[in-house]
Amino acid sequence: MKIAVLVKQVPGPESALPINDHGTWVDEESVTFVMNPPDNFALEEALLIKEGKGDGEVVVVSMGPDRVQKVIREGLAKGADRGIHIEEVGPIEKDPLHIAKRFTAVLKDENFDLVLTGLQSDDTGMGQTGVLIGEMLGISTATLAVETDIKDGHIRLKRELESGWFQWVEFPLPASISIQSGLNTPRYPSLKGIMGAKKKEIKTVSCTELDISSNCQSVDKVFVPQTSKHSEVIDGEVDAAVERIVEILKSEIKVI
Amino acid sequence: MDVLVILEESQGSLHRLSREAIAGAQKLGSSVAALAIGENADTLASELSSYDLEEVFTAKHELLSSYSADGYFETVIQLIRAESPALVVAGHTYQTRDFMPRVSAKLDIPFIPDIVSLSDEGFVKQVLNAKLNASLSSASDQIILSFQSAAFNDEEIRGGSCSARAFDVELDSSQVRSVSEEPFQEATGDVDLESAEVLVSVGRGIEKEENVPIAFELAKAIGAEVCASRPVVDSGWIDSFRQVGSSGHNVAPKLYFSLGVSGAIQHVVGMKGSKNILAINKDADAPIFELADYAVVGNVLEIIPKLIEALNNK
Ligand SMILES: Cc1cc2nc3c(=O)[nH]c(=O)nc-3n(C[C@H](O)[C@H](O)[C@H](O)COP(=O)(O)OP(=O)(O)OC[C@H]3O[C@@H](n4cnc5c(N)ncnc54)[C@H](O)[C@@H]3O)c2cc1C
Ligand SMILES: Cc1cc2nc3c(=O)[nH]c(=O)nc-3n(C[C@H](O)[C@H](O)[C@H](O)COP(=O)(O)OP(=O)(O)OC[C@H]3O[C@@H](n4cnc5c(N)ncnc54)[C@H](O)[C@@H]3O)c2cc1C
Repeated sequence: MKIAVLVKQVPGPESALPINDHGTWVDEESVTFVMNPPDNFALEEALLIKEGKGDGEVVVVSMGPDRVQKVIREGLAKGADRGIHIEEVGPIEKDPLHIAKRFTAVLKDENFDLVLTGLQSDDTGMGQTGVLIGEMLGISTATLAVETDIKDGHIRLKRELESGWFQWVEFPLPASISIQSGLNTPRYPSLKGIMGAKKKEIKTVSCTELDISSNCQSVDKVFVPQTSKHSEVIDGEVDAAVERIVEILKSEIKVI
Repeated sequence: MDVLVILEESQGSLHRLSREAIAGAQKLGSSVAALAIGENADTLASELSSYDLEEVFTAKHELLSSYSADGYFETVIQLIRAESPALVVAGHTYQTRDFMPRVSAKLDIPFIPDIVSLSDEGFVKQVLNAKLNASLSSASDQIILSFQSAAFNDEEIRGGSCSARAFDVELDSSQVRSVSEEPFQEATGDVDLESAEVLVSVGRGIEKEENVPIAFELAKAIGAEVCASRPVVDSGWIDSFRQVGSSGHNVAPKLYFSLGVSGAIQHVVGMKGSKNILAINKDADAPIFELADYAVVGNVLEIIPKLIEALNNK
């Protein structure tokens, strides 16, 4: 079982997000990056599948500038076998179709049985990369997986539907599957894993080698959402805030 | 036709987001058509008969009796090829997320997803966990769009008439690779969040599992049920049947009291109907404050223990 896990580096939940001078994105100088949270679950699922089978290979793949090697190393430290860094030297590619074509060009000769992605990224949240790649590779696709069960040449998958519903689907491998968060408990890297990761291979593939043209979309501008609601802001001392909340509960909303 | 709406079924009738997508489509183009797929296509089509639409295509086939990404994808690309709409629109549902990117990849048409509104510059979507909005555009001749819940109001659908036309889709069993079982619901627990008058909602801002009991104590003091955001459930701190949001419950209590919930769209769609929203968050720019009636800027771990004390002393 040969599994690729696509891990993206995104701004962390506590990161500052100052808008850049052109208003086109955040100023990355001030951003602290982490592994996209759903990708962490996808990585864990890949490691569990490999460990369950007793053999196979887990390859972590990330696209972006040099800094993304950090999330690849993190994957290797947790137990992935090798890494591929699709290096972006010029401006960062912003269009999902372009990005998927780049991934496809790199993944196609590796003949993976499974390509796992997160269901969506915490930064741009397009929610489509894994499915795009699956179609471009001509393999089965499925999204929002919350449980996986690998059989001979097949995968049985529990998919999340809306409003608390689920469904099992089964289809042949190879497949590209997007993973919903919460389906497992991602491990922390061990000290031994961290040391071992230093010896593992990270292959760097340069983007400029790929000749790609397509229709695309662009993010033209980012901005702070405008509030239309008139809220009462309570931001003073803790004691004053507590007093005001009690009053609201008692006299305004009347729940106590 | 310049806009094609891909419809979705939910429990035998038209999905709410499909209606909203029709309202959006009518704003974006002058001639709008729709596509209903599957066994119930005629029923869905009949729900549209009083709308101002050019026509509704119905695609029926034994391989389309239940949803599959393969079958829906094939049907949609065949109709797009036949009719060449400039825009293909749908609700931003789980089903759309599942097959629409395949259409985008196959036909090389950009897919701008999860749109919350239109602006002069383009299509607005939330980015960076709802902390910022972004405006997106595409110069492509054809674009696929999906609309988040409440991007458009289905009460604004233009009335008129609309007739159905069968669309013959060509499918063989080798094209549909997957086998789906019946959808099911997980054990629901013994709490009834939908009918609770007051809800205390726990977000990741509670910081640690050890802090979760203070939310239950607060709930007890004000006669509330406890609910939670997804990451809190994913971490195993609170049972999954208490989750609110697009993959959990849809609630509308008299008071929604949130503790360290950021206000991401997938959470908000499940609670924005609440009559009163009181939110505590340490970040003054947290998106939850955009819809809160009372925006308490502060640390839940400092405020809640004192609040419980004050309530218990009354
Ligand atoms: C202004 C701007 C700045 C950007 N900056 C960056 C940046 O710094 N780095 C960057 O990589 N992209 C950047 N992008 C590109 C963009 O965010 C996406 O990578 C692309 O549009 C796909 O959308 P998504 O990441 O929202 O994918 P989604 O479809 O939401 O992602 C789903 C999954 O695909 C996988 N995946 C997607 N992209 C990658 C990746 N690059 N590496 C590994 N796995 C991936 C992950 O498993 C992820 O969970 C930027 C885009 C814009 C508009
Ligand atoms: C397809 C899909 C379906 C989803 N379905 C759901 C769903 O059904 N329900 C759901 O909730 N989410 C859902 N999500 C996830 C959603 O996008 C958000 O990630 C999630 O709602 C965030 O949860 P949160 O607000 O608890 O955590 P975070 O976004 O991490 O926010 C934590 C907040 O707490 C604040 N905070 C931190 N410490 C403190 C403190 N000490 N005191 C006060 N404030 C503090 C922070 O400022 C921050 O605003 C879904 C996502 C996807 C892609």
